[in-house]
Amino acid sequence: MSRGIVNQNMTNIIICGVGGQGIILASNVLCSAAFLEGLDVKKSEVHGMAQRGGSVITHVRFGTKVYSPLIEEGTGNFILAFEKLEALRYIHYLKKGGITLVNEREIPPMSVLVGTASYPKDIEKKLKKHGTTYFIDAANVASELGNIRTVNIILLGVLSKFLSFKEESWEQAITENVKQRFVELNITAFHRGRHI
Amino acid sequence: MTKPVHAKTKALLSGNEAVARGAWEAGCTVAAAYPGTPSTEILENIITYPEINTEWSINEKVALEVVAGACFAGARCLTAMKHVGLNVAADPMFTMGYSGVTGGLMIVSADDPGMWSSQNEQDNRHYGRHAKIPILEPSDSDEAKLFTKLGFELSEKFDTPVILRLTTRICHSTCLVDLEDRKEVTIKGYAKDIKKRLVLPAHARLLHVNVEERLKKIAQYSNVFAYNRIERGKKTLGIIASGISYQYAKEVFPNASFLKLSLTFPLPEKLIRKFARKVKKIIVVEEGDPILETEIKALGIKVTGKERIPLCNELTPKVLRESFSKKQKAKTKKDTIPPRPPVLCPGCPHRGVFYVINKLKLVATGDIGCYTLGALPPLNAMDTCICMGASVTNAQGLEKALGKDFSKKLVAVIGDSTFFHSGITGLANAVYNKGNLNLIILDNFTTAMTGHQPHPGTGKLPRGEQGKRIPPEDIARGCGVELIKVVDPDNLKETEAAIKEALTFDGVAVLIFRKPCALLIKPRPPFIIDSELCNGCRLCLRIGCPAISLISPEEREKPLAVIDQALCNGCGLCVQLCNRNAIITPPIK
Ligand SMILES: Cc1ncc(C[n+]2csc(CCOP(=O)(O)OP(=O)(O)O)c2C)c(N)n1
Repeated sequence: MSRGIVNQNMTNIIICGVGGQGIILASNVLCSAAFLEGLDVKKSEVHGMAQRGGSVITHVRFGTKVYSPLIEEGTGNFILAFEKLEALRYIHYLKKGGITLVNEREIPPMSVLVGTASYPKDIEKKLKKHGTTYFIDAANVASELGNIRTVNIILLGVLSKFLSFKEESWEQAITENVKQRFVELNITAFHRGRHI
Repeated sequence: MTKPVHAKTKALLSGNEAVARGAWEAGCTVAAAYPGTPSTEILENIITYPEINTEWSINEKVALEVVAGACFAGARCLTAMKHVGLNVAADPMFTMGYSGVTGGLMIVSADDPGMWSSQNEQDNRHYGRHAKIPILEPSDSDEAKLFTKLGFELSEKFDTPVILRLTTRICHSTCLVDLEDRKEVTIKGYAKDIKKRLVLPAHARLLHVNVEERLKKIAQYSNVFAYNRIERGKKTLGIIASGISYQYAKEVFPNASFLKLSLTFPLPEKLIRKFARKVKKIIVVEEGDPILETEIKALGIKVTGKERIPLCNELTPKVLRESFSKKQKAKTKKDTIPPRPPVLCPGCPHRGVFYVINKLKLVATGDIGCYTLGALPPLNAMDTCICMGASVTNAQGLEKALGKDFSKKLVAVIGDSTFFHSGITGLANAVYNKGNLNLIILDNFTTAMTGHQPHPGTGKLPRGEQGKRIPPEDIARGCGVELIKVVDPDNLKETEAAIKEALTFDGVAVLIFRKPCALLIKPRPPFIIDSELCNGCRLCLRIGCPAISLISPEEREKPLAVIDQALCNGCGLCVQLCNRNAIITPPIK
């Protein structure tokens, strides 16, 4: 994967997945890193009902001046999806030529589990119609690291290759946002993602 | 992680964290709240500031009355709640509007346009007008902090409580905030003043006159309030907006002139007229009801607003742009994607009770909490959900209308935190009025829905200290309930037997299903399914556990059940359903 060039005036990133996958932490780290780079940052997320295994989306925007904390549909530079179906659900946020980074994981929603709906089979094809799409097997990397909970930071590591933030900013952002005893593990996970 | 921010000069804070910080900087010394999305993290963050004496109150009315007492003592104090919480607290709020304040009193209302986690979309800006209390509306976290501080000053300057009105996208959006130090404000101390605080008719008549005078003064002040400001842009278009709508409008109409309103009740008439003279055309950009629009139109000023901007659902930059674009809305064909609503967690102790309610085909009046998810398929075990506490009383009403026989297949289901919030009154009412209520209390030792706040049934205090625990069964006993049982909800046989006993019992029965929330206990070892024994009958799928799914092994024609080892937390509910004993503990390697 190559380093993409992003408009420094405004970058729009959607992070989505299933409640409980560590999406909010990942977006917090991303915001802190942008802040450490001296940018204006806004993030929007939803709590409550949405977190009990439901679909979760957070919006992160940074640049010289940010007004709305919400990203407008069709203007996202990146979608970082922790789950395939969720990538498809929010793909309309991507702008033409945008990049989607998708964790290979499939988590069937309840309707699929009880057999009243089926999990779409052609997600990859559909996503590719919207822009450049990369698939990442983050769970595999996480299990090599011995902790499945590092999936979120591994995926952030993948995203980091497309942004021009300094490595120190990322490391400091991780340090500020995760519990002290997990800092080292998460920094390792970040670098594993960055070098996929 | 929520971390207390103390000494830095700039930090990334959510709107809720910023309100807490603002209260701390303003010298607030007392805060009380009942949790409710999107307001919960305000008190959660205030708890991290030791200078502020905090409590999780039993409900919003109690919280407001507690801080009103602190206000009588001359302390700066704050309460925070979700929009519907203010319905509960409306009674004391209206009269506190008459009484006024001694120490500054802030009432934070967090509205939820789009109903991300709520049962309605009420616009609490109406409340300011109704209760004649001024409203401040921040448009980001930085203003949320600043307006909390200014709110205390306004409150004391004009002798009135102040409403700080937030919305989900303010509460749960994060941006850069300037940090300052705390300024201690000494508590004035208590001095008796019955003309002010003993609001009986003779006093209230005088106080009402004061209130009307006060509003006139604040309306004057609103014209010079620094955060009601004109931002010069093109003269062809003027935008009037407040709160999050201001940010969206800046995005959609970057070149327009703006009147950015922050003290939005009472409105700055002079300033609005001045703005109207400067621009050719005015759009009022509002989420929710046309409140500014109606009041500005009443001044005789022509504006456009809700004939374009939708009344329902949350406003977004896209909705705003499309409201004013000449192009027909591009109809994009969207894929049909299976929805992913929230679900009861694997191992959730509420699951077994709902399985039995569904199995016995009972009518269940419901209530609000994680357990409302028991209404979803495949459990389908809840019929109603109106507001907190209504499960108990709605059941009483059904019986009143349909007779005692109906109560033989009727249960009311309420969570432990909800029971303390507003279930107790309904229970006493049922006993007193000789109802045949069958009340199920789902006691998971926490307020799970909003992120695990303590309540009287847990006996824990906000900073983790031990308070006094009030077991719900003691309350039931005190109310005179004759059948009270405490049951383990993970035991399906006992659960079913207890529910049947309650249904046949003459009088009020209270069943307390007690087991800690699955997120608060160490997971037990996961179960596996023996693929030799499983015949794909799907019985285990009926509990709607996200850890159980079907797979189709190649050599078998019927799909078989499997348990996701990372999700299963070993509650064992499914084990009790399997007729073939196929769900087993994995052999120890
Ligand atoms: C008046 C009001 N205040 C607050 C809320 C937010 N709220 C919804 S459910 C709930 C409590 C749920 O706790 P509990 O009854 O213990 O059920 P659990 O979620 O633990 O299953 C709260 C605080 C609300 N909907 N209405």
